[in-house]
Amino acid sequence: MAKARSGAARLLQDRAFLLTCLVATNVAVVVLFVLLASIFWQGWDTLSWKFVTSFASRKPSEAGILAPLMGSIWVCSICGIVALPLGVGTAIYLEEFAKRSTFTRIIQTNIMNLAGVPSIVYGILGLTAFARMFGTFGTNVEDSISVGNEESLFFLRLPFGSSVLAGGLTLMLVILPVVIISTQEALRAVPSSLRAGAMALGATRWQTVWGITLPAAIPGIMTGAILSMSRAIGESAPLLVLGGLLLVFNTPTNLMSDFAILPLQIYNWAQRPQDEFHYIAASAIIIQLVVLLVFNGIAIFIRQKLQKPLQ
Amino acid sequence: MTSVPSSAPAPLRDLSKLGRPKSVSARSTRERIIVGTLAVAATFSILVTTTIILVLATETIGFFEFPDVSIREFFTGLEWNPLLGSEKHFGIWPLVCGTLLVTAIAASFALPVGLIAAIYLSEYASPRVRATLKPALEVLAGIPTVVYGFFALTIITPFLQKQVNPLLAGFGSADSPVAFGNYNALSAGLATGIMILPIVCSLSEDALRAVPRSLRDGAFALGGTRFDVSVKVVVPAALSGIVAAFLLAISRAIGETMIVALAAGGVAQITANPAAEVQTMTAYMVQIFLGDAPATGVEYKSSYAVASTLFVITLVITMIGQWVLRRFREEYD
Repeated sequence: MAKARSGAARLLQDRAFLLTCLVATNVAVVVLFVLLASIFWQGWDTLSWKFVTSFASRKPSEAGILAPLMGSIWVCSICGIVALPLGVGTAIYLEEFAKRSTFTRIIQTNIMNLAGVPSIVYGILGLTAFARMFGTFGTNVEDSISVGNEESLFFLRLPFGSSVLAGGLTLMLVILPVVIISTQEALRAVPSSLRAGAMALGATRWQTVWGITLPAAIPGIMTGAILSMSRAIGESAPLLVLGGLLLVFNTPTNLMSDFAILPLQIYNWAQRPQDEFHYIAASAIIIQLVVLLVFNGIAIFIRQKLQKPLQ
Repeated sequence: MTSVPSSAPAPLRDLSKLGRPKSVSARSTRERIIVGTLAVAATFSILVTTTIILVLATETIGFFEFPDVSIREFFTGLEWNPLLGSEKHFGIWPLVCGTLLVTAIAASFALPVGLIAAIYLSEYASPRVRATLKPALEVLAGIPTVVYGFFALTIITPFLQKQVNPLLAGFGSADSPVAFGNYNALSAGLATGIMILPIVCSLSEDALRAVPRSLRDGAFALGGTRFDVSVKVVVPAALSGIVAAFLLAISRAIGETMIVALAAGGVAQITANPAAEVQTMTAYMVQIFLGDAPATGVEYKSSYAVASTLFVITLVITMIGQWVLRRFREEYD
């Protein structure tokens, strides 16, 4: 044991540590403040309605973010439509149905491992599996098989190429583990007495899940879903691998359209040496942050209003 | 009243003749289909992992089949210049060292600050302070990484150049002075540190809050100060969770792409100098996928070998984290 110290010395140590704590916590707050302030300071002047509604341009003063904004919306919608049912289904299976076997343990470990895979690696997977389909349909654009009219909403082409669909599916891979893990946590938070009650009334396990467990877990699942979607909106590395930095001059019209996304447009402008491009990058960041704040706000609202304590 | 005993069994018999609205067998068929579908969804994650491993493995093997590549050089070589010069070198260490330098800078900022902030939030802060600080951290956690990259490039680097470079004037030799250029490891490392700070903080805080109150009460009853209780009792009790949070944050920093692609530069070199320009594994992959290297060439394929290395490194760290959580978890009841 260390030598016993006087009460005064220990109290002094306590005070000193509290001071350290306050400094450390304030560092986080100050950093957030500086970050937001610097971005608003750089990007506020060039932000306008015209900026949101015009297409890319070589001249920073005429450039806008309509194409990347719509691209982000398309890609994230596809991502959500696929990832949420798949992730929630997986979580329901693992939490409510699967027996504790080696197989479920492998799946569980595997999901934790997938959550740690760098997103750029998912980009490589998306490039190979979705954009090129392992080369099954050849490597040239001319070799691809297409279904339907190129102008129509239901145009499909195999392989997908660096299209909106391939982008959405790639992002789906990135957020799937996050959706699964957050849904599992939400399901685990539902007290088992509710399940036992439903079972005692003669409900089957699926009836229990559908009628009792899922409704009780919905606020938690929604919060997790929204937070993973906000991750998807900000994710850019996998789509950079998939499609590179495209200058797109139209908004997507079907699943096979080329696309740009907001974070990659920010990257594109930020990497240029001219200050003018940095300013419009900052303006685009402001738009991106507004979208994110709306998402986070909805998540916080759901958490506080809908989450009633379950007894 | 007397008629009840005689008429009571009748409805039961009627019901069994009519059949129930949904038979047990119909219910169980439906149930089996649903559970089967869910099980298929669950196996999808296995499919994803298998495909990642297969794709990385085949392409990496394809890379090693090129004549100017050797496995030995890849794992031991100290030079990485696949694009420039007549003689190409594929030694992974410069990229690994660049990644480690950026990660080390990020970790030395984010791990202590994040842990101390977590201790403050869990042990000291009043509910009102928590209610304002937690959303601030969540906002930080939600900011896209490209924004941190932009911040590094337009705020941190100019700050280092203006404020720190004059102080460094005496260091280094005349032809290679120590000074922060437009791209440097410190700026990217600090931005990465800011990015992983909320991860460290919120996961450590979860671990600290999971420690039962009775431990704190016991320590206070023995006359401990708040410092004694939180640092000598609560932190050791939550250590497995804290270590797992650290490992997760480090693996995020290693896999971080956009910040280093914007702010760290593109020179693959082995250095410990934070003012130097470095290239990380992820930044190299970005360079290849954005460049015009032909998809069948050795430069392009080399990015898959780099991706495999990155995948293995982060996988090992994730697995160590899970092992720590399982092996050293303290159970309190």
